[in-house]
Amino acid sequence: MSLKDIINKTLSQWMKGTGPESDIVIGSRVRLARNLSDVPFPQIADDEQKGYVIKEAKRALQQAKNALGDLEFIPMAEVSPLERQLLVEKHLISPAHTQQVKHKAVILRGDEAVSIMVNEEDHFRIQALFPGLAPFEAWELCSRVDDAFDEVLHFAYGDRFGYLTACPTNVGTGMRASVMMHLPALTMTDQIRKMISAVGKFGLAVRGIYGEGTEVLGNIYQLSNQITLGHSEEEIIRHLYKVTQQVLEHERAARERILAKDRLQLEDRIYRSYGILANARMIATQEAMQRLSDVRLGIDLGIVTGIEPRILQELMVMIRPAHLQKLMGQELDAPARDEKRAALIRERLRGQGR
Amino acid sequence: MCEVCHKEPATVHITRIVNDQKTEMHLCAQCARERGEVEMNFEPSFAFHNILAGLFEPESTMVSQRNRPVAVRCSRCGMSLADIRRLGKLGCSNCYAQFERELEPLLKRIHQSTDHAGKHPKDRGHDRRDVRREIERLRELLHIAVSKEAYEEAARLRDQIRSLELQAKED
Repeated sequence: MSLKDIINKTLSQWMKGTGPESDIVIGSRVRLARNLSDVPFPQIADDEQKGYVIKEAKRALQQAKNALGDLEFIPMAEVSPLERQLLVEKHLISPAHTQQVKHKAVILRGDEAVSIMVNEEDHFRIQALFPGLAPFEAWELCSRVDDAFDEVLHFAYGDRFGYLTACPTNVGTGMRASVMMHLPALTMTDQIRKMISAVGKFGLAVRGIYGEGTEVLGNIYQLSNQITLGHSEEEIIRHLYKVTQQVLEHERAARERILAKDRLQLEDRIYRSYGILANARMIATQEAMQRLSDVRLGIDLGIVTGIEPRILQELMVMIRPAHLQKLMGQELDAPARDEKRAALIRERLRGQGR
Repeated sequence: MCEVCHKEPATVHITRIVNDQKTEMHLCAQCARERGEVEMNFEPSFAFHNILAGLFEPESTMVSQRNRPVAVRCSRCGMSLADIRRLGKLGCSNCYAQFERELEPLLKRIHQSTDHAGKHPKDRGHDRRDVRREIERLRELLHIAVSKEAYEEAARLRDQIRSLELQAKED
């Protein structure tokens, strides 16, 4: 599997709509921050030192082949700006990793379940992505990759502070675990604000779909741990898992309540959104995501039939600017993107549903 | 509607939680950019390290408590506490040892703990690692250090290489 295949393949494993609790949970992700002990962190490392990290990454990859299977090493400088954006939209790299790409690289597994950023904020950011509520599985996979690298590399670690990271917010486990959820009913009933401040008290944070500082689109939220020091990885994930289950319970209860109390209004809203998606000639990302969220809720509640639930996560990535431009094979300005986006959604809905 | 210009729809929503105090802002893209809340390339909408900088103890209390000059620098990467505060990040893994006492209250505030309880690297005894490889690796680092005239670092590496070479002979 080459970068070309990954770029050309629109559907990542995490978008398949499978996995536990997949009616609400889109995917689970774990990432580990790791650094080499004898080189400064990337932000202040010079070219030679960053080059050394790259060399070490390649060496580790060679030796870890048996343990890890085929991982491809891709220097970011060899990836076009459009393709970099594509990797961001697929959640395989961070937005920051598309900037100043000299000495940055990404290591990808063909099924996109594993990606490793080299020379981002830390020397290594190992990530595993799973569909549905599967943070333990994601942690196990991440940890296995970490073990394989640990056989070869000397990671910065102190007995007291654990894995040492560029930012003190990551020190200790170096782990950020997150769960991506579709929460339309909590949003409609405005309970989401309460939820956000409540989970804050439990050391968790809520973010938009593309991570820190990004806006919430299509009622999709990411719940992740804030605390990385003082608890084991398993404890942190168990905690995240428990809180997630509570959130799911509230979301399901809110869905039931809306259905019981305001069924007609809800149906009206869902069918209007469906009508717009099936007929619009131009549509912006934000509106498209909101409408898709409505339709997905309709599917989950049995109001809309004949459409696969995964249309939400599929289109959520496919209608992003880089994916649209890749699909059309040309650069598109915003109005042209709105037009192509509407066409793509109509095509995807045609033949499905009523 | 944007809180600043009251003209454009608010598309940027910022929730900050600092020490349990939550504040919310709703801005249009234009105002958010002007206020430096958002960068065009979807960078985090506010600079986290600004908050981090605020979490450090004020400089004066830190100095008076321990009578250490503020100008102390990490012996490995040369970062001072002031640099760390400004960047919101540490320079290298050695900074954690160098500034352990100063970092403690910060870590306590972020994580409510100062002691790691999770996974650790496998045993770091010399038998696990390929000593020859390790020497090669250190030589390369030594080369870099010398070319940068970082002689203290170079001396440290040289000693490490020597002791490994001895060990390799004994094995």
